[in-house]
Amino acid sequence: MAKEIIKVENLKRHFKVGEETVKALRGVSFTIYEGEFVTIMGTSGSGKSTLLNTLGCLDTPTSGEYFLDGIPVKGMNKNERARIRNRKIGFIFQNYNLLPKTTALENVELPLLYNPAVSAKERAERAEKCLREVGLSERLYHKSNQMSGGQQQRVAIARALVNNPVIILADEATGNLDTRTSFSILTLFQRLYREGKTIIFVTHNPEIALYSSRNIMLRDGHIVSDQYNNDIKSAEEVFRSLPVETE
Amino acid sequence: MNISNSSKIAIKALGNNKMRCFLTMLGVIIGVGAVIAMLAIGQGSKNSIKAQISEMGSNMIMIMPGAERRGGVRQSSEDMQTLKPADYDAIVSQATMIDRITPMVSSSGQWVNGNNNYPSQAQGVNTQFLDIRQRKVADGEMFTEADVKTAAKVCVLGKTLVNNLFPDGTDPIGKIVRFGSIPLTVIGVLDEKGYNTMGQDQDDMALVPYTTVMKRMLAIDYIQGLQASAIDENQTDATIAEITNILRESHKLRPEQEDNFTIRSMQELAEMISSTSSMMTVLLAAVAGISLLVGGIGIMNIMIVSVTERTREIGLRMSIGATGRDIMTQFLIEAVIISVTGGILGILLGGVATWMIKIIANWPVQIDPFSVILSFVVCTVIGIVFGFYPAAKASNLDPIEAIRYE
Ligand SMILES: Nc1ncnc2c1ncn2[C@@H]1O[C@H](COP(=O)(O)OP(=O)(O)OP(=O)(O)O)[C@@H](O)[C@H]1O
Ligand SMILES: [Mg+2]
Repeated sequence: MAKEIIKVENLKRHFKVGEETVKALRGVSFTIYEGEFVTIMGTSGSGKSTLLNTLGCLDTPTSGEYFLDGIPVKGMNKNERARIRNRKIGFIFQNYNLLPKTTALENVELPLLYNPAVSAKERAERAEKCLREVGLSERLYHKSNQMSGGQQQRVAIARALVNNPVIILADEATGNLDTRTSFSILTLFQRLYREGKTIIFVTHNPEIALYSSRNIMLRDGHIVSDQYNNDIKSAEEVFRSLPVETE
Repeated sequence: MNISNSSKIAIKALGNNKMRCFLTMLGVIIGVGAVIAMLAIGQGSKNSIKAQISEMGSNMIMIMPGAERRGGVRQSSEDMQTLKPADYDAIVSQATMIDRITPMVSSSGQWVNGNNNYPSQAQGVNTQFLDIRQRKVADGEMFTEADVKTAAKVCVLGKTLVNNLFPDGTDPIGKIVRFGSIPLTVIGVLDEKGYNTMGQDQDDMALVPYTTVMKRMLAIDYIQGLQASAIDENQTDATIAEITNILRESHKLRPEQEDNFTIRSMQELAEMISSTSSMMTVLLAAVAGISLLVGGIGIMNIMIVSVTERTREIGLRMSIGATGRDIMTQFLIEAVIISVTGGILGILLGGVATWMIKIIANWPVQIDPFSVILSFVVCTVIGIVFGFYPAAKASNLDPIEAIRYE
């Protein structure tokens, strides 16, 4: 049996807004094993981002248990959570969030800067390797504002890979991109999945579920369905079939 | 994360905003520059006063007629006539701690040689004056004790007087010049000293036996003052006490009566002057220090703006594993880099300003190495103090909110 990477039990997250309490997560339980490519879907406001932030140790649940790579996250202090984000998690955001006026290489090196065990030399080597993996070996020294949206998202993916995380968390990673570029990014995620990486991909685009190995549907903070996909479609084929737009 | 990584990040962030960074620095640069220049002026004037005192002899003691002047109350002319030649004789015969002493009487008037005039003074002294003031006769000779006894009509002229009275360059020795209506034979020329550090012409001086000034020029029976040199410059207080006793006895003062004369040592005078100049230095430095403080507030201001502007960057750094402490270090280092670089440039600016003051205004200035070290330390402290609030603000941001910040 594969290793449990993420295990949540009856996870709840309540926000106090003035007098009222907004219940973003109302008791969510699931287990994600190593090597799964999970899409999390749901309408706007269903709690997807809240769930992802909690899984990414950016947010703490109001109640419930959370084990990441076997480690109980509940009860960790701020610094411990920062450390676990640095060593075990790779984040990808909708709007890339690259540092402005900074080269691709430096952007990818960033997580390793906060890990004293990694030397400057190793940092550069690993960053370069990850950029090559996402197909940007020609763009190492391009500044973030000199790249297209798709290229910037690839840099962000390389940055999420550079620390060898146990899980990659993506929130609307293709939300800002045109269809063709979305499929090229999705192709990249599928390749990472085949290489054995564990991925959670949050999206409100139901089509994307066809390309993942498992799909969890959220509504009003509840899981309404959790299904495995035995017939994963190839994003690469779609990508190839799409006409090349003039950029 | 280690300091070197933090520094790299900070330098890069500052490099992205060079103009703003420089303008922020400017406050510190001007502040530090002002502090350095002000302290250099203060130190320079203190040094020049010291130099002048030792030029004049730090063992010098001045005895003046009249009680110690307080609060600007003018004394009657009678009070100013309390020192008599008998007092001088008493000191000469009784004092043990005095090396040299001369009476001082002077008359202002016109020096005349044919068509050449020069307004100056006739300084009545005895033969010991040269030793007390550390002057020499360069040409001819000084008048003698015999000249003093007979109130001889002779004079020893300083270079400025010679140049004005004998502009054609004739040898003045043996010539007769007039001071007012009194003809005096020039028997010597003083060594050339030039201007002293206070800008006074030390060659604008003509020495005449004091008896000549008293009897032939002013027709007075009192002397205007005495100048003496103590044998030991570390014993000036004791020397003053000794002279006080001699004069009180000579004036037949009863114990309850106040001194009707005033004695000052050069050292006292030096302390008075240098304490005034220290106070000026402190005031100037305080004003300059305030501008440094304003510079520090400028840093805080720009750091706060920078933290707000870079909220998303901070959120991103936190989401990929930066701790609050890492963020804090980064912003503190940025503030310290601004303030310390500003400090170094300010020290250079202060140096240039000091040099210009020296060249253009011809003021005595001296940069104290201590003030350089002090500025450096103060700048670092300012960077930390004024960078602390913005840095703490940055490190307390919530990563989720920060990364969503528009
Ligand atoms: N910091 C917060 N304070 C108060 N309420 C919040 C906060 N964050 C989220 N919520 C609420 O929690 C609910 C779930 O929000 P969440 O951002 O997880 O939705 P989502 O599924 O990601 O939506 P979208 O698809 O629009 O991104 C919403 O009703 C939202 O208003
Ligand atoms: Mg969302």
